[in-house]
Amino acid sequence: MRILWTLWKREVASAFQTPMAWVILFFLLLVTGFNFYAGVTVLNHGPTEVTVVESFFNTIFFWFAFLLLFPLLTMRLFSEEYRSGTIEPLMTAPVRDSQVVMAKFLGVLFLYSVLWLPTGLYFAIFWWQTHLSAAGALGAYFGSYFLLFLMGMFYLSLGCLCSSMTRHQITAAVMTFALISLFFLTGLLSFLAGHTGSFMQGITIMFSPIDQMTQFSRGIFDSRPVIWYLAMTALCLFLTLQSFQARRWRS
Amino acid sequence: MISVKGLTKSYGSTDAVRDLSFSVDRGEVVGFLGPNGAGKSTTMKILCGYLPADAGEVSIAGFNIFSQSLKARSRIGYLPENVPLYPEMRVGEYLAYRAALKGVRSRRIAEKVEDALQLCNLGHVQRQIIGTLSKGYRQRVGLADALVNEPDILILDEPTIGLDPGQIREVRSLIKGLATRHTILLSSHILSEVEMTCSRVLILNKGQIVATGTPAELRESSGLSLSGVVRLEVQVPDAGATLKALQELPHVASASLVGRTGEWSTYEIIPSAGDPRPVLFEEAVRRAWKLRELSARESSLEEVFTSFVTGGTAQVSLSEDPRS
Repeated sequence: MRILWTLWKREVASAFQTPMAWVILFFLLLVTGFNFYAGVTVLNHGPTEVTVVESFFNTIFFWFAFLLLFPLLTMRLFSEEYRSGTIEPLMTAPVRDSQVVMAKFLGVLFLYSVLWLPTGLYFAIFWWQTHLSAAGALGAYFGSYFLLFLMGMFYLSLGCLCSSMTRHQITAAVMTFALISLFFLTGLLSFLAGHTGSFMQGITIMFSPIDQMTQFSRGIFDSRPVIWYLAMTALCLFLTLQSFQARRWRS
Repeated sequence: MISVKGLTKSYGSTDAVRDLSFSVDRGEVVGFLGPNGAGKSTTMKILCGYLPADAGEVSIAGFNIFSQSLKARSRIGYLPENVPLYPEMRVGEYLAYRAALKGVRSRRIAEKVEDALQLCNLGHVQRQIIGTLSKGYRQRVGLADALVNEPDILILDEPTIGLDPGQIREVRSLIKGLATRHTILLSSHILSEVEMTCSRVLILNKGQIVATGTPAELRESSGLSLSGVVRLEVQVPDAGATLKALQELPHVASASLVGRTGEWSTYEIIPSAGDPRPVLFEEAVRRAWKLRELSARESSLEEVFTSFVTGGTAQVSLSEDPRS
């Protein structure tokens, strides 16, 4: 546990000691800030069917920034250690492979969570200025951020897997982006499923982050995505561990 | 402390290490000598648990490096070749991190880091970011890292590579100072370095040990101990007759006259086996020659090394390491 804590601290510190985390944070806030502004502006044009929270978490700006986040956050995790050779002192210290994988994952998950924290300010400001809640219910805030966290777990673990496979950050980033897009876009294929209410359409909607977000940002909780994301995260982390251990046989 | 038996490792179809066996006792400073690509780094990486082996056993302080890897690894301080470090961290911060990783208790970390900083003369750069350090300082940070948890064994891969002569001297004297408290295995392709710091040398070539012993033993076993030349300068009336007499002595393969000034003649004698100097001395006494020089040029470890690695005299009875 102490080893994990030590490794985790270094992961988090290294993200903030390099400009990377700050640059990502800056641009994420820029994009989401504009996104929030747009969502509020819509209200000026008359009544709408969606709340600010619902629109905030479901625009093209939001999803675009969201998808780009993962390759950027995860690409260096393992690749950088392979390339610079720091993996050698790291793995000749008495640490387990699993501790390194968990520390890297938990470190980047923490960083990811921290990146989203300031966006809560938008809703606080909204309430402060209008004395109105930006969402229909309190559960909508929790639901949105909870789903964001869950999706983050899965996509970050996918990024860990890609990074553990190569010493080239760019390769890792491209693989991560491609895989995440694959999972993300599958949900958009519901139009292929023929008539509404068919089994295939049910499946695609269930896996569609956009549809999931529509639900969660209304404060509606569905346990299926929760289980899906947790299981996929576990699977990706397991595969990451395998790929990380395989480096010994590749070299 | 270190025992290696039948270690074999290949990368694809090329053998990096073939059936390597040796051992290092507590308190020894052993030098791993070999040309580039001889398998030094590979062997060290296996000893530190970084690479798996294809076959063979490695025991570190009694722990098997493959099956009890964590315990074995906690006994080793390893300085990898080229010293990879995290460039964004500060020196003190990095050492504290490494100490924690290596299981030093929290309340003792500050003290151990301080010790390592002192020992490696890093106190004044403690707050500096590693990425801004020069090569010599980076090397010292690597050494401090290897030392920080006071491991029994230090494995140092090319500790002086890329340093300037002053820094090389510093690192060497540091290693010598460490020898009293640690068992050290260091690799190098610089012979004088190994000769200066190590009590025993293993010469590695193409993944195999071709010779082992103290630098002096190696000279002897290479058959080059006298480097083929004994100089003799005597005062004799007839240089030609003396030459003939010398050639008939035991232990003398051949002799030649290389200079004559007045009655002083200088001869170079190539020994056949053993040392011809006592015989030459007796002959000089018996014939009442005045003797001005009788010397043998000792071969440098460089020549010994070359002879082993090129295989010229590698067949000469090598001193087998009795411990392996």
